[in-house]
Amino acid sequence: MTKKIALNGLFVALALVVSYIEVLIPIPTGIPGIKIGLANGVIMVLIWLTTWKQALIVSVVRIVLAGLLFGNPVTIVYSLAGGILSLIIMILLKKTKAFSPVGISAAGGVGHNVGQLTIAVLLMENAKIYLYLPVLLVSGTITGVVIGVLAGTLITKIPKRLMEI
Amino acid sequence: MKKKDLFLVGGILIIALTSMLVIHLTQRDGKQVKVTVDGKIVHEASLSKNETYTIPVESGENKMRIKNGYVKMIDADCPDQICKNHKKISKDGETIVCLPHKVVIEIMSDTKDNELDGMTN
Repeated sequence: MTKKIALNGLFVALALVVSYIEVLIPIPTGIPGIKIGLANGVIMVLIWLTTWKQALIVSVVRIVLAGLLFGNPVTIVYSLAGGILSLIIMILLKKTKAFSPVGISAAGGVGHNVGQLTIAVLLMENAKIYLYLPVLLVSGTITGVVIGVLAGTLITKIPKRLMEI
Repeated sequence: MKKKDLFLVGGILIIALTSMLVIHLTQRDGKQVKVTVDGKIVHEASLSKNETYTIPVESGENKMRIKNGYVKMIDADCPDQICKNHKKISKDGETIVCLPHKVVIEIMSDTKDNELDGMTN
């Protein structure tokens, strides 16, 4: 149990650091929602090497803390919607055993954008916000593939016994 | 990478690019600007008339400018500044959203446009 808490803390810290790096290098496209999604790489490593429960805990804690520390508390709910939908999609796709980390990560990236945009549409009561979806699908797929290649390499390189509790 | 990954990634990209093309081909030039805060309309203006408008929000200030047929958020004191960094908009259905202040600036093709047109055009 103690080891599990320590390990989760370690991964929350790692996910927070990469979230901060993303804050430092914004992508000036003029379109909101385009992100590299480095933190998703950390979450993917957790899905593969530990359990989905741990991935969920680390993801939620990461989003809330990142929002409070260097993001925006008001928009935590949007990030949570994106993060949780993305995680559900990735866990389900992994269970089918049909896809590699690259495809799963791309679907996760797209899921993040869909979740976030849907919450925005519901809370702002304006369906026209969905017009951004196609652009975000493209960016989410591209960044998702890049993170997937990265995470896929990490998953094979990190010895699984390090994660065993 | 497996073959099914290619189908998945390719499928998403094809859907995205097709809808981008459809939106691009069917999108008309905007004529009106509608500003809502928390779902309520606070301001309407013509896209052809240059003006600067301060949007009344409870917890701060957003300032938008209409210039030469384009709308841009020129000032905002929201924490994330996403609306301020948003590119200028001019086409029917385009929006600039300020999530923290619940502000939506929306372009419409005419005053009678409604939600349904926006979704199906």
